[in-house]
Amino acid sequence: MNMKKALLAAALLLPGMLLANPHEKQLVNGMRVIVKEDRRAPTVVHMVWYRAGAMDEKDGTSGVAHVLEHMMFKGTKTVKAGEFNKIVAEAGGRDNAFTSLDYTAYFQIVPKAALPRMMALEADRMANLSFKPEDFAAEIKVVMEERRMRTEDNPQSLVHEALNSVAFRAHPYRRPIIGWMDDLENMTWQDALDWYRHWYAPNNAYLLVVGDVDHQKVFRDAERTYGRIKAKPLPVRKLQHEPEQTGIKRVTVKAPAKLPYLSMAWKVPRLRDIDQDRESFALEVLAGVLDGTDSARLPRNLVRGQKIAQSAGAGYDGTVRGEATFMLVGQPAEGRSVAELETALRGELARVRDEGVTDEELARIKTQIVASQVYKRDSMMAQAMEIGGFEAAGFNWRDHDKLLDKLRSVTSEEVQSVARKYFGDGSDDRLTVAVLDPLPLDQTKPKSNTKSGVVGRH
Amino acid sequence: MRRILLAVLAMAVAFAAEAGVKIEHWVAPSGARVYFVETHDLPILDIDVSFAAGGARDPAGKAGLAAMTQGMLDAGAGDLDEEAISERLGDIAARLGGSSDSDRASLTLRTLSYPKERDAALGLLRLALTRPSFPEAVLAREKARTVAAIREADTKPDAIAAKRFAAAIYPGHPYGASATVESVAGIARDDLVAFHRDHYSARRSVVSIIGDMTRAEAERIAQSLTESLPAGVPETPLPEVTLPGAATVKVAHPATQSHIHVGLPAVRRGDPDYFALLVGNYSLGGGGFVSRLMKEVREKRGYAYSVYSYFAPRKLAGPFEIGLQTKREQAADALKVANEVLAGFLKDGPTATELAAAKKNLIDGFGLRIDSNAKLLGYLSTIGFFNLPLTYLDDFPAKVAAVTAKDVRDAFARHVRPEHLVTVVVASD
Repeated sequence: MNMKKALLAAALLLPGMLLANPHEKQLVNGMRVIVKEDRRAPTVVHMVWYRAGAMDEKDGTSGVAHVLEHMMFKGTKTVKAGEFNKIVAEAGGRDNAFTSLDYTAYFQIVPKAALPRMMALEADRMANLSFKPEDFAAEIKVVMEERRMRTEDNPQSLVHEALNSVAFRAHPYRRPIIGWMDDLENMTWQDALDWYRHWYAPNNAYLLVVGDVDHQKVFRDAERTYGRIKAKPLPVRKLQHEPEQTGIKRVTVKAPAKLPYLSMAWKVPRLRDIDQDRESFALEVLAGVLDGTDSARLPRNLVRGQKIAQSAGAGYDGTVRGEATFMLVGQPAEGRSVAELETALRGELARVRDEGVTDEELARIKTQIVASQVYKRDSMMAQAMEIGGFEAAGFNWRDHDKLLDKLRSVTSEEVQSVARKYFGDGSDDRLTVAVLDPLPLDQTKPKSNTKSGVVGRH
Repeated sequence: MRRILLAVLAMAVAFAAEAGVKIEHWVAPSGARVYFVETHDLPILDIDVSFAAGGARDPAGKAGLAAMTQGMLDAGAGDLDEEAISERLGDIAARLGGSSDSDRASLTLRTLSYPKERDAALGLLRLALTRPSFPEAVLAREKARTVAAIREADTKPDAIAAKRFAAAIYPGHPYGASATVESVAGIARDDLVAFHRDHYSARRSVVSIIGDMTRAEAERIAQSLTESLPAGVPETPLPEVTLPGAATVKVAHPATQSHIHVGLPAVRRGDPDYFALLVGNYSLGGGGFVSRLMKEVREKRGYAYSVYSYFAPRKLAGPFEIGLQTKREQAADALKVANEVLAGFLKDGPTATELAAAKKNLIDGFGLRIDSNAKLLGYLSTIGFFNLPLTYLDDFPAKVAAVTAKDVRDAFARHVRPEHLVTVVVASD
């Protein structure tokens, strides 16, 4: 107990962790600017997050959020296609972007002198994107290659795609972020442009800057760049709740592999109200009891102890816009079956349900939470990602410390209680199980890609 | 999702630094070479202990022994079993990791620098380095897991391509060997004990330390970590690398994409041509979206999501490689474009504009490569392990600035000779 308190006190006393940092300002168009000063190195992370991700797509154009992310590098009214990357590179920086179910984000990591230029460029493509149909035609092929690499030829990705598409019937989390191949093949320049026009607006975005900066200067530069863009009305976001699941669902994927793979997902609550919801914190601690360090239960009991698993893991993310799931995944050890692994994984949940967790385990998890915050201070990007992800789920960065406090206050009884409630009698009704059934290589015929030729006809 | 590759390239290609990092170096009484950077901004301590004990030291028929030895250092040590070690690490939130490649085996530790956590973590690191117990039961389990992982990897087109490429460019050389089901099955506990005894000596070690610690403490800790290491045997030279003849290897696979690698053994760490190759490769395929390969293969033709080239210097000639994945029906076309880009670059070298852009990125972007303790630790370890000058980071911008277009052309002509280029295509039609 004492060590924990000392650690937290020390973490909070780190330079820059004072209450005055980060700093926030809202521009007149509604865009929020969040600046965290970190002067350890003369570098800056500059990120813009849009509250538009794959979950905002419609059937038939799945993947368009991610396709537009690619098109954001294809020029504006004043910056030619490819120029964005070139300018960042010549400034000594690197840039990237990523699309999730909940959001799309763009970032540059640059020497601090280049920050104003990055802000001008990023603001420009927020308002003035102008990509040519022929650039779309080439880039959609790139996205299809990306899907082949990440999904078609990756059996575990296929399993997760199948799992989500079965676990959710109505909720948009059923669609893959990268989109169905068929939707990519039929996607048009206009689809991408429509997505941009609907969702890319300062009032649907927030700016994050972490690094060797003066926040007042960043606020002034933000007003001069992002601040000049007009707010616009956003499409109505209709709440899409998943109907209650009333029985276990199982799906099998056959693909070339040697080891089977098992993924189990239970529908559980997400975090909505930091002050009221205790269950989400208890679920997160439960995931930490099962996985996260070598001393957690799944690697200790299933991989090392019973030797029933080649690998095993658990995961829960309660800070999401949509539906939360609690996941158990693993590969059976050679000579062991998927059914045996499933039984063993369920057995670990049952042990928590029946016996709770030990004080040592709880203490260890809480120490990890505090230390992770200290370690995160070595990376500007990690600090930016933490704020960005938390905000994307609809929370305010000011509440992040409270979230950590709440996590650290979880008791063994609370963990046992969520284990009983969500993994006890009747919980199979909210469970989806997906399994990879490995096909020997010599019994698999090459898949045809011929349909892909229809793309790029505009 | 767009550009995961950049991180990989940065590791393989980029080597930069800016004046201002003060690296202290000494040889501990144990014989270990120590590299140290003192910084008190954060209550963190990072340590890397590396040995000339990589896979190139695997005895004949026992490929995988070096990796298994490294992997089992924390699977029981002194009086502690693997569960006790993982629990103690967990209790203090210390992260003990490591890696093993063809040249080097290492353990890395990240810990809070408060005395209680730090001392406990260092004690565990010391035990793992000096008194690993290599329990028979754990070895049997880890052999089974390794065999399963090999069988699994042998179904994956990217893993198959990497393995076949190494074998094809390093025929008969330890750099080309991979662990097999048979070689792992043949590994016994005595082999691990002997490998540790012979190769994990202080004289073959490099200790890199960065963080919240004084020089005096670092001296004491470096000595404490290494004083009880085995006496070991002197490092013997590896066999010479001989260049392969030009060849194309095709491997059948049902994947939707062909995985293509083109390359050869090219450059050793510390080679005077390194900076010319680094600067040149930026324009060829190392500079992400501004490189020729990316423009021609991806941007213009939409042939691939990922296409790149890199030099990965090792103790002996490490590989130069061009890599891409593309829909199998168009593999021949994509390979043709990549080969044309390479041929054009070998013939003419970078344009003046390309050269200037490459230098600007590498010099101005230098600070990004050393902006965290974790990144600096990697440089310390590399500088130490390969005996690079202590001024390596300080010299970097001037070395890059001095490269001319002729230097690039000449260096590529010496290190990337088409008559030795090997092409591997997995899942070709």
